Amino acid sequence: METYSFLREFADSWMLLALFLFFIGMVIFVMRPGSSKTYRDVANIPFRHDDKPAAAGDKPARARDAKEA
Amino acid sequence: MLNYIKLIVLGLITLFALIAANYARDLAYLVNALLVAAAAGGVFLWTLRQTGEPVVKRDLSGEYMDGVVRAGVIATAGWGVVGFLVGVIIAFQLAFPVLNFEWAQGFLNFGRLRPLHTSAVIFAFGGNALIATSFYVVQRTSAARLWGGNLAWFVFWGYQLVIVLAATGYLLGATQSKEYAEPEWYVDWWLTIVWLAYLAVFLGTLVKRKEPHIYVANWFYLSFIITVAMLHVVNNLSIPVSVFGSKSVQVFSGVQDAMVQWWYGHNAVGFFLTAGFLGMMYYFVPKQAERPVFSYKLSIIHFWALIFIYIWAGPHHLHYTALPDWASTLGMVFSIVLWMPSWGGMINGLMTLSGAWDKLRTDPIIRMMVISVGFYGMSTFEGPMMSIRAVNSLSHYTDWTIGHVHSGALGWNGMITFGALYFLVPKLWNRERLYSLSLVSWHFWLATIGIILYAAAMWVTGIMEGLMWREVDANGFLVNSFADTVAAKFPMYVVRGLGGVMFLMGAIIMCYNLWMTVKRAPAVEATHSAVPAE
Repeated sequence: METYSFLREFADSWMLLALFLFFIGMVIFVMRPGSSKTYRDVANIPFRHDDKPAAAGDKPARARDAKEA
Repeated sequence: MLNYIKLIVLGLITLFALIAANYARDLAYLVNALLVAAAAGGVFLWTLRQTGEPVVKRDLSGEYMDGVVRAGVIATAGWGVVGFLVGVIIAFQLAFPVLNFEWAQGFLNFGRLRPLHTSAVIFAFGGNALIATSFYVVQRTSAARLWGGNLAWFVFWGYQLVIVLAATGYLLGATQSKEYAEPEWYVDWWLTIVWLAYLAVFLGTLVKRKEPHIYVANWFYLSFIITVAMLHVVNNLSIPVSVFGSKSVQVFSGVQDAMVQWWYGHNAVGFFLTAGFLGMMYYFVPKQAERPVFSYKLSIIHFWALIFIYIWAGPHHLHYTALPDWASTLGMVFSIVLWMPSWGGMINGLMTLSGAWDKLRTDPIIRMMVISVGFYGMSTFEGPMMSIRAVNSLSHYTDWTIGHVHSGALGWNGMITFGALYFLVPKLWNRERLYSLSLVSWHFWLATIGIILYAAAMWVTGIMEGLMWREVDANGFLVNSFADTVAAKFPMYVVRGLGGVMFLMGAIIMCYNLWMTVKRAPAVEATHSAVPAE
């Protein structure tokens, strides 16, 4: 089979199926039990470490320091 | 030791660029070679002066690398004004052709300035905004300093060189005639190097992150960087005619070339102007509203749905062409499916404000962000509609398309960038607040009314011209000549130009306001001996 026909057939069948399953799997993964709690926490990432990177003995989720570097 | 290697490389680049300038086959190549020689020579001298100096090693891992973000903010505002100004000029050139001055023919006529405008606003204004904000956001959400030390500065200055080479090339006639990919082969090669360095900085920072989870904004930024690299390389596969000339020949030809171009072109919209700016939305809207994003689950589904679908939408640019029907139908169907993730993202951005809608009254910056998300929703509604083959037969090649692009670019990309700049400048320059909120309100209203004038004028003239083109008399002859449609469009062209003037004035007001914020606004009170900003 020439390359074009092979790739075309592969794209129409197995690749399509693989992408579709990946997508469905992603949605199921997002809805997994206990995810709401995790996501509530990670949604707050922008509100930590506003001024400087996490130190070695890091103390997360603190109100803004005076100094903005 | 490293400096000596740098000096050798820079010296060789300077030497080769001067040789290339000597043998240059065309004016654009000559000027670009001299620019490269000047840039490489300048960096050579700068490196030479650093060489052999004692190096003070300081541990910088305890602070963010914000110098490059500051530079990016300045570049964004500056290129923005330049890009908008060129846009206003070409808008009036269309309304009053006499503005294509005889003495400037071949340099400053519409055909030369138009790619300058599109590239300046998309790649210079938008690109700098994306690079600067991505560097800011990835550090804050990873709780880590940028990876790679001065590599981030290389990305910044390398990108500015791309812009200058491309802009001078356009004016002097170097173009490969691919929309949004006009720069010739040597600029493409240089951009590839800069872009891979950008990817390295971004990925490196993600790898050494202290937050276990990669925040959703970074997913959008990363998909933007990777996809643009892929699109750029494939669409610019071309063979130079000579190393000493700007002309190159595309590897693809005919309909394959057209399809690759619009696969690139539409994904420039999808990944540069959408995914990248959604990364901005997912960080700056929550920050300005001071509440987390409405639904983090929705944001993940939004991400995967958007990147899975956008990549297929390109063929809708090629309805009724040599492209096979199945391909353009595929593009059309995927464009319509895109409605879902686009609106999912819009709802996620808007609903972040739920419970804080009162901020709209008091905070003009959040107003700017909200209207930008609103324009995102409008243009992602309009786009799928225009991709339907029957609608496209009316809208294609008319000003409706230009109106659509500008409601997206000015409304969504422009406004979210302005919002991000207003957020960033006080933080980056350590100021308590902006110089003037009422100037932000002025900017908001000038820009909003400008966009509305622009988009409304283009809807009217686009649909009118589409209808005039297809109008036939009882015997089946076309009623209007092309010049008839041009004459009929004159009033709308003037209105469009005025809308552009208003948008430009808003941007100038913003620059003044940001400048005065840095100069005059009170500094944040320091409560402890702070780490110096680098």
